[in-house]
This record gives sequence, C-alpha cells and structure tokens, in this order.
Amino acid sequence: MSAVELSPLHRPQDRLRRRRVFNRGMEALAWLAAAIAVFFLGVVVWSVAQRGWSQLNLDFLTKSQVQFEPAVPQGLANAFAGSLVLVGLATAMALPFGILIAVYVNEFAPRPIRSAIGLTLDVLAGVPAIVIGFFVYGLIVVAHGQSAYAGAFALAVIMLPFVYRATVEVLALVPNSLREAGLGVGAPRWRTTLGIVLPQTIGGVLTGTTLAVARVAGETAPLLFTCSLAPNGIHWNPSGAIQSVPVAVFELSDSAEPSDHARAWAAALVLILFILVASLTARWLATRSKRKIMRAGR
Amino acid sequence: MSEMKGESVSSTIEAAVRVETKRQPLPPRERLQQVFDIRDLTAIYGSKPALKDVSMEVYKNLVTAVIGPSGCGKSTFIRCLNRMNDLVPSFRQTGTIRYHGQDISGRDVDPVAVRRTIGMVFQRPNPFPKSIHDNVAWGLKVLGMKDNLSDRVERALTQAALWDEVKDRLKASALSLSGGQQQRLCIARAIAVEPDVVLMDEPASALDPIATQAIEQLLHELKGQYSFVIVTHNMQQAARVADMTAFFSISRGEEGERWGELIEYDATEKIFTAPSDRRTEDYVTGRFG
Repeated sequence: MSAVELSPLHRPQDRLRRRRVFNRGMEALAWLAAAIAVFFLGVVVWSVAQRGWSQLNLDFLTKSQVQFEPAVPQGLANAFAGSLVLVGLATAMALPFGILIAVYVNEFAPRPIRSAIGLTLDVLAGVPAIVIGFFVYGLIVVAHGQSAYAGAFALAVIMLPFVYRATVEVLALVPNSLREAGLGVGAPRWRTTLGIVLPQTIGGVLTGTTLAVARVAGETAPLLFTCSLAPNGIHWNPSGAIQSVPVAVFELSDSAEPSDHARAWAAALVLILFILVASLTARWLATRSKRKIMRAGR
Repeated sequence: MSEMKGESVSSTIEAAVRVETKRQPLPPRERLQQVFDIRDLTAIYGSKPALKDVSMEVYKNLVTAVIGPSGCGKSTFIRCLNRMNDLVPSFRQTGTIRYHGQDISGRDVDPVAVRRTIGMVFQRPNPFPKSIHDNVAWGLKVLGMKDNLSDRVERALTQAALWDEVKDRLKASALSLSGGQQQRLCIARAIAVEPDVVLMDEPASALDPIATQAIEQLLHELKGQYSFVIVTHNMQQAARVADMTAFFSISRGEEGERWGELIEYDATEKIFTAPSDRRTEDYVTGRFG
C-alpha cells in the first residue's frame, strides 16, 4: 500500500485534469493577447526609430524648416517650439476648467447634475478629434483666421475630459473623514475644499494632466483646420498660426523629397519618446500621490 | 419579597460595573444651566428612521455620555447636535434642538455658524495631512483668530496634554504621531477655536487602554471650561467620565422595522446603580447588548 493510493489528491482524476488543461489554455491565450499588443508597439517603435534615427541630430533639434531647399541642413525647431506653445496654452485653458468642474461635481453638485456632467464629459472624450477641429474652425477660424489660440483651444477641448476624469477620481479617494474634520472646526465648505481636500489631489491632477498633454501633443486633426498654415521660422506669438510637430509630420510625409520623409520619421520618433517619458512620469506621480492619500485616510 | 429582589438586583449591578467615582454629587437639575434642549427629535435616513422622539437636555460644564448597543442611533444623535448630518443627502430630521434657547435645526440656520461653537472629535483620529502646528492653527486661521497664533496653538496643545510630547517637533507631520497622540491632537484642534460644546463620537474606540485613559483624564480636566457630549459603547468609560448618561436602545416595530430610542436619561450614578427601566438594567448588567 503506497501513500499515493491513500490520498485522493494524488489519484489521477478526469475532472481535475480537464480543469488543469483548460487553465493552461486560458493562460496561454491571455499571454498571447499581451504578446500581440507588445509586438505591435514594438514594430511601430522599431520601424519609426530605424527610419528616423539617422536624422536625429543637433541640427534637427535646433534648426528650423526651410522649404524647397533640401540641400540646406535643417530641422524642426520651429515645430517643437510651436508644439510647446500650443500644448502649453491648451493646458493653461483646460487645467483650471477641468479642476473646477471636478470640484463642483464631486464636492457640491446634487446627484442628478453630477451624473449628467459626468456623462457629458465622457461623451466629449469620445468625440473624434477632427470634429472638434471642425467645431473650432466654425467657432473661431472662420471669423478670425488661423492662430495658435484657435489650435490650443481645440486641443484644450480634447484635454478637458482627461483632466476632469483624473481629478474626480482622486477627489473620490480623499476620505470623508478629512472633510468632516475641516467642517468640524467650523470651516465653511469652500475653505475645507480649498485648504484640506484639494491639496491631497495635486499628485493625481498632475498625473491626469501629464497623460492629457501626452495625448494632445500628437493630435494632428484638430490643428489642420485651426493652426496649420504657418510661416517659416520659429514663432512664439500665439495670435498667428504656428508650426507643430504632428502637422509637420503630416506635411513632410506628403512631400516628394526623400529627406523630408526621413525628417518626418525623426519627428515621429521624438513624439513617441516624449509620450513615453510623459507616461512614465504620470505613472510615477500617480503611485506617489495615491500612497500619500491612503496614508492620510487611514 | 419584592424588596429582597430589588436589593439583590442593585448589588448585582454594582458588582458588575464597579463604578469608580471621582465625581462631585450633582446639584438638582433645576439648578443646572441648559446647553441643549432637545424635543421630539426624529432622524431619518432615506425612508428609514434612525432615531425616534428623543427628548432630553444637556447641561453646561458636565460630561454627558450617550450609551447603547450598536445601531441605536447614538452617532446619529450627536451628529444632529452640530448639523453634521447635513452632509448626508438623504437625511431629514424633525423636532427641535434648542441651543441656549435658539433652535439650530431649522433650514435658516447656518450650519457653519453652529459648528463654530459646537466642535467635534470623531471616532477615528482624523488629523489633517499637515504639520502638528498647522493642524491646530488651520481652524484658528479660518475663523480669523490670528492674533497670538502660536500662543493659542500652545495653549490648545497643553490643554490636550500633548504639548510636552510635540513641542520640539511642531513642524513634523501629524501623521507621524501615534493613534492616541493623533486623537489628542484632534481634541486640541477642536478646543483651540474655543467652542462652547465639544461633541465626541466614540473618541477612544480606536485607541489602546493607555491612550484611552489619557483622553478620559482630559475630559475630567477640561469640563470646567467646556460641555462635553460623548458617545461610547464602553459602559465602564461612561461610568468613569460622565456626570449624566443617556441610554439609547433599539426598538422594533410590528413589521420588523428598527429604530433607535432614548430609554432613560439620568445621573450616571443612577443609571448604573438604580436604573428605572428594565432595558437599561439589562444593558448595564451585561444581560443584553
């Protein structure tokens, strides 16, 4: 008599074996799905890097575009500067609005209004970027012409739901005991929100903003209508149209000149690297701030 | 025969509770000054009544304990006293709560003004995620009591018996303190703004016995300046700290609905040694609860 016979666990059982096989199969499928996702990202990054790497030098980052002069050493400094202005302006527009809406919804709004606003912004997040570009075209560009203001406004509309969502989520994490503590010493609600609740959310808001910045930095469609007819050279004045990285990629890839194509790839590579760094920063900020809030609400 | 029985009951109660009193005998109630006069208070969450028809008075410079089993509406009750339930969207209440003669339960009364004179300490220590100093100073700044800020902070921390432990690290985060210290900081925060009444919702339930003792000691020392209402599920605690004790219990309706009710309100001594209601007696002797 051996131990194997005594213990039913060691006896081969049909059902147990079937379960094990099923489990293995599902694990393999899940693994495959993850591998496919990583594979496609890898292919995109690799092909962009391979084609753009050769152009990625100091000139590329510091010199501006010179159209129809392929022999002159040139870069996309004007597009980088323009993107900086556009995204900076868009953030300045979307951030205060997003935070204020989130504060209103989470701290003050009655329940029906709360869900109505949430739904509205979720829908807005799903509106195609080109539709938003067209909307801003009708709203501003038709009357006032293209400008970085118009482009930044279009980008801000795209950013708004991201900033809102991120802020609302961290606000919901702030424990009620902290709000009660503030009210308990006789502070009005707005003081409690401003002095106690909001400081807890800075990390989360930064995370959401960083992700939103990464998202709109690569947006082309809304800029085509609103901020694409840019003069040569570096411009910082937002009242006129200025060049931006995604629009430059779009235009260069349409060119007949092979060196333009290479520069388009290089610009795309810079954009991807920027988004990578921004996402990593966002993650780091998110884990840090969540830990901080959890400790406060213990 | 019935006398015999009564005697044995009260001796059982004494044995069970062993009330250790450092209290002065209470003057008759007519001579005490009323802080709260609560009449027919009913509190409802959604459609479920949490509390029905509570009528009692709270007296100045006494510690009033609210005891009773879980779910009897103790917390709901004291949160009515400083309009903390306003934060709950589905909450409604009827009846009147007079504070020094003025009804504070009406819609026209500003809950912020109520909370300025009626402070609160919560069940779990909830210091602000700020420095020790700023925890006490924040309320003072908000209420415009900015003169002699550091003196006021020191006085509050001293009254809360925390000053000696934290005076060298006022800039440290309040979250670095132990649970008992955090709760004393919350008491300091509450008394810094010079309230008239301090409500305490099971202030020691998350603390160890030594920290609990420190807080009970505080109540003894501070009740000359403030009036305290303290919710506790710990009967010994009520017996140790309270001058007056209100016993709440759960009543059941014909269709199985439950609500909290005030069963008996009297001097603590009487509640624990010679309660007039059978339910109080069962509860304080540990036969129920």
